[in-house]
Amino acid sequence: MALYSDKVMDHFRNPRNVGKIDDADGVGEVGNAKCGDIMRMYIKVDEDGIITDCKFNTFGCGSAIATSSMATELIKGKSVDEALELSNKAVVEALDGLPTHKILAEEAVRAAVKDYYDRKGIAYNPEDFKETDDEELHKLGEE
Amino acid sequence: MFVYADNAATTSVSKTALDAMIPYLTENYGNPSSLYAFGQRAAEALAEARETVAHYINAEAREIYFTSGGSEADNQAIVSAARLGARKGKKHLISTKFEHHAVLHTLAKLEKEGYEVTLLDVHEDGVVRLEDLEAAIRPDTALVTIMFANNEIGTVQPVAEIGKLCREKGIPFHCDAVQAAGHMPIDVKAMNIDMLAMSGHKFHAPKGVGVLYARRGMVLSNIIEGGAQERGKRAGTENVAGIVALAAALKESCDNMEANTAKIIPMRDKLFAELSKIPHSRINGSLEHHVPGTVNMCFEGIEGESLLLMLDDAGICASSGSACTSGSLDPSHVLLSIGLPHEVAHGSLRLSIGEYNTMEEIDHIIETVPKVVSYLRAMSPVWDELEKGERPHLI
Repeated sequence: MALYSDKVMDHFRNPRNVGKIDDADGVGEVGNAKCGDIMRMYIKVDEDGIITDCKFNTFGCGSAIATSSMATELIKGKSVDEALELSNKAVVEALDGLPTHKILAEEAVRAAVKDYYDRKGIAYNPEDFKETDDEELHKLGEE
Repeated sequence: MFVYADNAATTSVSKTALDAMIPYLTENYGNPSSLYAFGQRAAEALAEARETVAHYINAEAREIYFTSGGSEADNQAIVSAARLGARKGKKHLISTKFEHHAVLHTLAKLEKEGYEVTLLDVHEDGVVRLEDLEAAIRPDTALVTIMFANNEIGTVQPVAEIGKLCREKGIPFHCDAVQAAGHMPIDVKAMNIDMLAMSGHKFHAPKGVGVLYARRGMVLSNIIEGGAQERGKRAGTENVAGIVALAAALKESCDNMEANTAKIIPMRDKLFAELSKIPHSRINGSLEHHVPGTVNMCFEGIEGESLLLMLDDAGICASSGSACTSGSLDPSHVLLSIGLPHEVAHGSLRLSIGEYNTMEEIDHIIETVPKVVSYLRAMSPVWDELEKGERPHLI
């Protein structure tokens, strides 16, 4: 059996929505280089709160790139509220499974949405956007 | 084009080794422990293989023990010396920070049993210093175990000097020579090596067979109990075909060592020269003290596993010391031991070439790696920050 599913390899080889959005409405970055992966997510949001465009830059392993790619596909065209519902579990399922230790896609999307709220002055409950602690993520990954 | 550039991980079985082993899988399948002539034919092959292996490291046949591989040999050597030391009240073991896990994990196990372990620095160049070893030696030191050549960065240790010092101090010296056997000359007498581990599949023998050399007088403890095979020190019916292949492969590798080295060095040097042109890259490990075929480099701003996957798509088999490839969250302990920051170590690439590689294959690697590095850098937020000056370049 291959290390990664065909879907993961497809998203790794042909990542969707790679790049930057210069006039993004929200940018979120999670992870750190020391741990070997950083995900940066850019979102463009229209007046109805719909994510019209989404791009990513990722430093990391095959699964980091594939999950970034899949996450952009899953939130593009959705409302920010729907984007906040995105879970790492959903990303992994959409990729037919992953053997990885930690996944940052959900956190990257949430960070981008939070940035968007901050820029637009949209009120939110800070409790919903606690800073992601890499050490915590590691622990989660090991469970 | 398919390019196998991971010879430090394993090698293909040579035709010589395969031809040598086939008769012991087919017509001569007897058990060497059997009394009848049919079994004794296998016993003779075993004896001959033992002579051959002994010859190529300048040992005696009775000092050669066949094992399942390098890891078993390392385990048995270290545990044996530790037990021997404990009987004399000596429970201090010395090694280096960048040994193979077969050594480090065995030492860690002994540490839990009450032994004290000192791991020597290997400095920026990946070479242990004799003065560091001398300073670490204590009256209760039971063993010094230092590898011949490092499996990831290919640096060769001052084995003869270490052996001389240990002999003067009366301390057993074990050498994990898995990456050196068949690739570099080994003389256990001249180098004062008391125990040495080899693994057949690193020099074109099959997987699952290795050697532990233990100088006469070194009392081995059994790891596997059972029959009286291997002078009672390693139970289990011998892997006759594998052992015969190992001896044939070692003979072939040693007889052709000069020619092989002459073929490999220009390929390796070309890789170093060309891949070093990639901006913000670095060569890991001293080139002055180096096995012929190992190339280890880091490329800033990218991660090793995605690099390997892209290279795989281009038909190139290589390895990396990134966290993802090690199956843990930390990059390789070897790269950290030579002082590389985590973020740099994550972007490492090891290419290990052998005499079966060709210059055309090397050219394919040289053509592919820069493209892949550029591609991954283009999507890397780390590279973006490095380029904008928001993050300082480390290499």
